[in-house]
Amino acid sequence: MTFYFPTQSLSAFPPRLSPAYKSTPKRSPSKPLILMKHTLSELTGPVYGQDAVQPGDDDLTRQHAGEPLGERIIVHGRVLDEDGRPVPNALVEVWQANACGRYIHVVDQHPAPIDPNFTGSGRCKTDANGHYKFVTVKPGAYPWGNHPNAWRPAHIHFSMFGHSFVSRLITQMYFPGDPLFPFDPIFNSVTDETARNRMISVFDLENTVPEWALAYRFDIVLRGRNQTPMES
Amino acid sequence: MTLGITPSQTVGPYFAYGLTPNGKYAWKDTFGNNLITSDAAGERIRIEGQVFDADGAPVTDSMLEIWQADAQGRYANPADPRPRNSTFQGFGRTGTDGDGRFVFDTIKPGSVPGPDDKPQAPHILVAVFARGMLRQSYTRIYFGDEPGNADDPILALVPADRRATLIAAKSVTNGHPVYTFDIRLQGDAETVFFEI
Ligand SMILES: [Fe+2]
Repeated sequence: MTFYFPTQSLSAFPPRLSPAYKSTPKRSPSKPLILMKHTLSELTGPVYGQDAVQPGDDDLTRQHAGEPLGERIIVHGRVLDEDGRPVPNALVEVWQANACGRYIHVVDQHPAPIDPNFTGSGRCKTDANGHYKFVTVKPGAYPWGNHPNAWRPAHIHFSMFGHSFVSRLITQMYFPGDPLFPFDPIFNSVTDETARNRMISVFDLENTVPEWALAYRFDIVLRGRNQTPMES
Repeated sequence: MTLGITPSQTVGPYFAYGLTPNGKYAWKDTFGNNLITSDAAGERIRIEGQVFDADGAPVTDSMLEIWQADAQGRYANPADPRPRNSTFQGFGRTGTDGDGRFVFDTIKPGSVPGPDDKPQAPHILVAVFARGMLRQSYTRIYFGDEPGNADDPILALVPADRRATLIAAKSVTNGHPVYTFDIRLQGDAETVFFEI
């Protein structure tokens, strides 16, 4: 199948310069980007071997001697392209703060406890139907220095590869009903409300496991359409 | 049916323990900065450089990913059906260090097909991610010692006075070819980025 990657779809993305997020003004280009037709270089992208993902990499609650503290959750969904077709064998990498909102990263020194039983990294590949699934704990909100009393809404960082290098996506999954949404310049950098809401997972009662874990569903749509319109 | 794509968000400052742990965290790297496979033909090269912000300060918390063809100009992807003769994958990832520096060890790519069946000069695609970048920026590394740069259809799209930002200068260290490619996110010498 031959794919193409309409650049119009990128209107869902946040602008590179988004001054309310104060790290953007010195890290965004000031000169015009060069428009070009995609060549074979853009239309291809990495394919990774079976050894990229090890059994257990998708369960963030079983990487240490004990179980992490916090609310155990299942996060799952499908990776689709713009035609709604599943993207099978797509690599999905995640990282997140622990239940207290603390990252294990050395730069995060805010006064919330590290959980010795939680690293916060995971990865998996989508199955033939584009489905992925992680087991983790719900991350906490955390403060950051962007503006007075700035707190990030709880989120899980997601990294995905699609059909080509131009469908590469790094995003953040949010949780429904977070009271911090109106105050977060990163979430609100996506100016289109419909597009912004696609970053919010859905509480998924049907896939909760009784006496064990709640569930959230997060479907991800990557760039890429069929080159020839599908016949009806 | 057409679906809207999921918006991009910044990689943030804390990605290293998930995406580029490099022995510093209890997590195995999915990808590294050495792309060379023992069966890959072609010239072994090093690409190194620094990432800078608008003030010329080194960007110490960025991540770079590169994507390239093999020495025959063939991509390890089903969209390139031409047969390949090695297990070279052509994809690499690294974080920048405390000085904003990065290094990739790889194979010099061959020329690859371009628009209207004209060849493109050898090049490597780069995606730049960082705190303060809400989406990745894409650029290309070309090689200073390639005469084909003069006829490259993509370089021809770039204003002449900015082309030099895409061309890595060659030097030789301990007998090994090294190409230097600095990335300036903003400013007078801003690296050319492509809207792709
Ligand atoms: Fe975060």
